[in-house]
Amino acid sequence: MGNTSSMLTQYDIEEVQEHCNHTFSQQEIVSLYQRFCQLDRNGKGFISADEFMTVPEFAVNPLSQRLLRMLDGLNFKEFVAFLSAFSSRASLQQKVEFIFKVYDSDGNGKVSFNEMLDILRDLTGQFISEQQREKVISQVLEEAGYTKDSVLVPADFMKILGSSGLKMEVEVPVD
Amino acid sequence: MSKLNTSSSELDLDRPNIEDYLPSGSIQEPHGKLRLRDLLDISPTLTEAAGAIVDDSFTRCFKSNPPEPWNWNIYLFPLWCLGVVVRYGILFPLRVIVLTIGWIIFLSCYFPVHFLLKGHDKLRKKLERGLVELICSFFVASWTGVVKYHGPRPSMRPKQVFVANHTSMIDFIVLEQMTAFAVIMQKHPGWVGLLQSTILESLGCIWFNRSESKDREIVARKLREHVHGVDNNPLLIFPEGTCVNNHYTVMFKKGAFELGCTVCPIAIKYNKIFVDAFWNSRKQSFTMHLLQLMTSWAVVCDVWYLEPQNLKPGETPIEFAERVRDIISVRAGLKKVPWDGYLKYSRPSPKHRERKQQSFAESVLRCLEEK
Repeated sequence: MGNTSSMLTQYDIEEVQEHCNHTFSQQEIVSLYQRFCQLDRNGKGFISADEFMTVPEFAVNPLSQRLLRMLDGLNFKEFVAFLSAFSSRASLQQKVEFIFKVYDSDGNGKVSFNEMLDILRDLTGQFISEQQREKVISQVLEEAGYTKDSVLVPADFMKILGSSGLKMEVEVPVD
Repeated sequence: MSKLNTSSSELDLDRPNIEDYLPSGSIQEPHGKLRLRDLLDISPTLTEAAGAIVDDSFTRCFKSNPPEPWNWNIYLFPLWCLGVVVRYGILFPLRVIVLTIGWIIFLSCYFPVHFLLKGHDKLRKKLERGLVELICSFFVASWTGVVKYHGPRPSMRPKQVFVANHTSMIDFIVLEQMTAFAVIMQKHPGWVGLLQSTILESLGCIWFNRSESKDREIVARKLREHVHGVDNNPLLIFPEGTCVNNHYTVMFKKGAFELGCTVCPIAIKYNKIFVDAFWNSRKQSFTMHLLQLMTSWAVVCDVWYLEPQNLKPGETPIEFAERVRDIISVRAGLKKVPWDGYLKYSRPSPKHRERKQQSFAESVLRCLEEK
């Protein structure tokens, strides 16, 4: 397994860069590839949900189960594309869209009250009752000028989150 | 922090307890009035998840680091080839012979001593101790171990335990050649297991199975009995409970630190100049690991016997374990990570996630009440 990075040619790297809109430098992609091979324990060319869960820091994350649905079975290109939202070179738009995608579990391009409830349930677990959760969400929705029945589209997310200083960056270690 | 109260869990030898080490509350807590923006913004949690995917301190602890290749040019390459021939063609057979002679001497002395001196317990113990030290010296010689011991040699007295950082089973051999420790170790399969249950048993070594929870109680009881015995061999514990790659230290299990004994730290640092002494049990068997060591030029390592430590008044066993881990990490130049090494074999308990959820839930509830 030692020298896996040598298996990436210049062409491969450029192709991956293209795929992730140049949000990562070539060196970062080499680093990510090493990491990918490390996580892909049985070397099948993709990382399974089980393999992601061997990282304890990931496994304890309240949103890990939800993210696994997006992560399960990713090949290297998709793996990089997934992480590209966390690059410092990604635009605010990309980051907000990523957050939107996490919310939008059925993938219909709209986030409903129930989908917001799902995320809040993941984040708070058994420590808040279901009624309280519903109350919180409807309250903040109303204050922001929406109602319980309104569905949010990406543009709404951009309006809500775009102005706040969204800090969503992960540094890729390069050696 | 009720977890720190250990009186009720005295028997619990190695309960995984990362929750005591983890920084709590990574989810951003909304301050003041809760707005839709605060509720929708899950970026801190996502960033944390992505960060763990890109790089995590736990996986780094168990990464093998192969020695840097140096056969990279036309002048060095023939030299390197010569090295390979010498290492595999001359050194390795010689070492096998040395090891075989060692075993012959050891076995031909050990069994007579063990069976004929049944009545003379004291003498028999002394001889057996000497013989185990001898065979360990043969092992060390079989990889041309260049071991530097610093500090005073351990002495035999009751109520003290030795704790060391753990890189490979050869730690045990390296330490054993100086002092016949009784060790607490995972029960291994194969020939190692056979040695464990026959020869090492006579030193008072204690075996357990990581996955057997009832083993823990038995081990904890045996531990107690052992440290209070007067003529027992000094006890050696690897509180990490698993092999780490000698760049990091993982959490110390508190078992060794709640016996009410003096704890004598031992720091072991391997020099990777010729071979990586980390035994990655996932990737190779112990036999393969030994073969790798026997075909390298030498195994270079430093062993420091450090200042004995006692539980300070008001200190919990967990704090004590952390303090000793600090001492060892500083001496051997290792980085500390908050993880329990047993996570190699199991998933983290939902408790950690629940703690994060709880802190977020509380902040949400606070905001709700304010209205």
